[in-house]
Amino acid sequence: MSAVRTGYVRPLDVKRGLVDMSHGSGGRAMAQLIDELFLAAFDNEWLREMNDQARVPMPSGRLVIATDSHVVSPLFFPGGDIGCLSVHGTINDVAMAGAKPLYLTSGFILEEGYPLADLKRIVDSMAAAAREAGVPIVTGDTKVVEQGKGDGVFINTTGVGVVLEGVDVSGANARPGDAILVSGTLGDHGVAIMSLRENLTFETTIQSDTAALHTLVAAMVEAVPGIRTLRDPTRGGLATTLNEIARQSKAGMTIREAAIPVRPEVSAACEFLGLDPLYVANEGKLVAICAPEDAERLLAAMRAHPQGRDSAIIGEVVADANHFVQMETGFGGRRMVDWLAGEQLPRIC
Amino acid sequence: MKYVDEFRDGELAKGIASRIANEADPARTYHFMEFCGGHTHAISRYGVKDLLPANVVMVHGPGCPVCVLPIGRIDMAIELAIREKAILCTYADTMRVPASGGLSLMKAKAKGADIRMVYSASDALRIAQETPGREVVFLAIGFETTTPPTALVVRQAAQLGLENFSVFCNHVLTPAAISHILESPEVRELGTVKIDGFVGPAHVSTIIGSQPYDYFAEEYAKPVVIAGFEPLDVMQAILMLVRQVNEGRAVVENEFSRAVTADGNAKAKALVAEIFELRRAFEWRGLGRVPYSALRLKDQWAAFDAERRFDMPERSVADNKACECGAILRGVKKPVDCKVFGTACTPETPMGSCMVSSEGACAAHYTYGRFRSAA
Repeated sequence: MSAVRTGYVRPLDVKRGLVDMSHGSGGRAMAQLIDELFLAAFDNEWLREMNDQARVPMPSGRLVIATDSHVVSPLFFPGGDIGCLSVHGTINDVAMAGAKPLYLTSGFILEEGYPLADLKRIVDSMAAAAREAGVPIVTGDTKVVEQGKGDGVFINTTGVGVVLEGVDVSGANARPGDAILVSGTLGDHGVAIMSLRENLTFETTIQSDTAALHTLVAAMVEAVPGIRTLRDPTRGGLATTLNEIARQSKAGMTIREAAIPVRPEVSAACEFLGLDPLYVANEGKLVAICAPEDAERLLAAMRAHPQGRDSAIIGEVVADANHFVQMETGFGGRRMVDWLAGEQLPRIC
Repeated sequence: MKYVDEFRDGELAKGIASRIANEADPARTYHFMEFCGGHTHAISRYGVKDLLPANVVMVHGPGCPVCVLPIGRIDMAIELAIREKAILCTYADTMRVPASGGLSLMKAKAKGADIRMVYSASDALRIAQETPGREVVFLAIGFETTTPPTALVVRQAAQLGLENFSVFCNHVLTPAAISHILESPEVRELGTVKIDGFVGPAHVSTIIGSQPYDYFAEEYAKPVVIAGFEPLDVMQAILMLVRQVNEGRAVVENEFSRAVTADGNAKAKALVAEIFELRRAFEWRGLGRVPYSALRLKDQWAAFDAERRFDMPERSVADNKACECGAILRGVKKPVDCKVFGTACTPETPMGSCMVSSEGACAAHYTYGRFRSAA
């Protein structure tokens, strides 16, 4: 005689189990995956309500919303993984409005056959990143696609934050004469990813710089509330970010190659791969633009923060009807720093 | 970065720049052709032009391997991937070269052709080993620098007894191209292209040595200075060329002595000679058919020659009429002389090969130098 034990469900086999179609079906298997994996890791009062949405308190100020889908390959890389990257990336997108990020949502697209053990590592990393940043994941969604129709795990995160009245940070605000700053060394994330590419085996000690930058931003906004522009130079690197801002602000830019911080290991790796570090992705750096009279104060505030120790003023905004970004080369000449043509890297964020 | 930064030093550059300015005769103009795309790229990327006096003019040469690949050859490569269903392995910069019918390797890939970007010939060989039962073709392009690695994989494939690997050989030769330019009517008779000397190839010369250029210096009375690809190398070579012209000399000098010897790399040359032989003629984009300017696999290695393996006759396809790549590769025109430069033809939508490779004259000017010609 067997007794029916109510309330007992055999736990997920996280060690050996694989994602299967039932995990996205809306049935008991999905509920179990959510309970034992996502809820257990992300745990907070809003998730615990188990609704399809989260009801959260609204602070005063303007709402800031950003969304970002993460498809990085490989999923694990030196210095991070898709989990923490998906938290950092969206927090940074919110923070670049000069805002305080408050809540995150997460949408997972899982490929049938993906090991639950790896999924757990990713989810745990996400949870740790969210906790460290103090930004809870308050609602989420999970879908499963058939084998061959995904690449292991894709993660979309949306972030909500609030920006104080009076703070107006936008890519359209740069004006001729303004100073351009970066918060540290460029190209670390992209090179760390490249070092793992299947056909590019080189050993490196370079780690991804993936990090949430909202506390750095808070310190910067406090020091210089009139900061004009903030942006994180992810895909396409510094060059692409500067061209985007130049276009939005209808201005040109001149930067000085000698002032741009790049690690020697990164420039060496770029050298033999034929890449330009200015086009390589970052996940824990920002570009800031401010009035010339605020530049030194902003630089001091950035350098005083652990994430901005290597900050530097790298150039200024100029009047230019063509919206060109130009660079004084370390060699003593001048050249353009153009939009990236084609693709420099596989998926990196 | 050690051993690299030293050759990009702005202070040293200023010193050489002032010597060039002092020694260049203000009563004349100096026209120097940098043969290699590597030099074209360095000149644009580091802004070398800003350090030269107005009467020292650099003329871009045809030494960009992707740029000189004619449409017909790209068409053949696409056919290998589509008709023969081969895995076509290629260096990344050929992916966007325009082919017939609005295609390119990248567009063929999007249509389902199995085209893979590799960083080296040995990557292609590895793919062949890992995918038995599929034909794997390596699209071999480049001057003397990239030829030895191709020779090596052919030999390795034979040693491994690989039956699914072949090479679509498009290797071309530098000296033949230089002769062709010097023999062209634009240089010899019409005087539309003035060349007072050459900045000679860097990496190519590490293989073939400096000796093959002696002929040009002597026969055509043009000085040649072999130079490395770093900007200081280029500046120093220009200074050496100015001095030769001023002194009425025309000899081969070697600025790149840290890597280039008179005889080059004997082992690499022997390997190339073992695998390859000269083609009677080969079509270059811009230069047309140039006699004895390219290589093909010797009969002994015919099994690894994609052209013979898949029975592909050579074909010639005319360039887009609006595109001036041909004249630009010969030094007859500058990128800005082309009507479609920067309008219909950009790095995102290239019409000609010079806009594709970062070593191409049009791409270099568009990407790095466009502000010079902006209104």
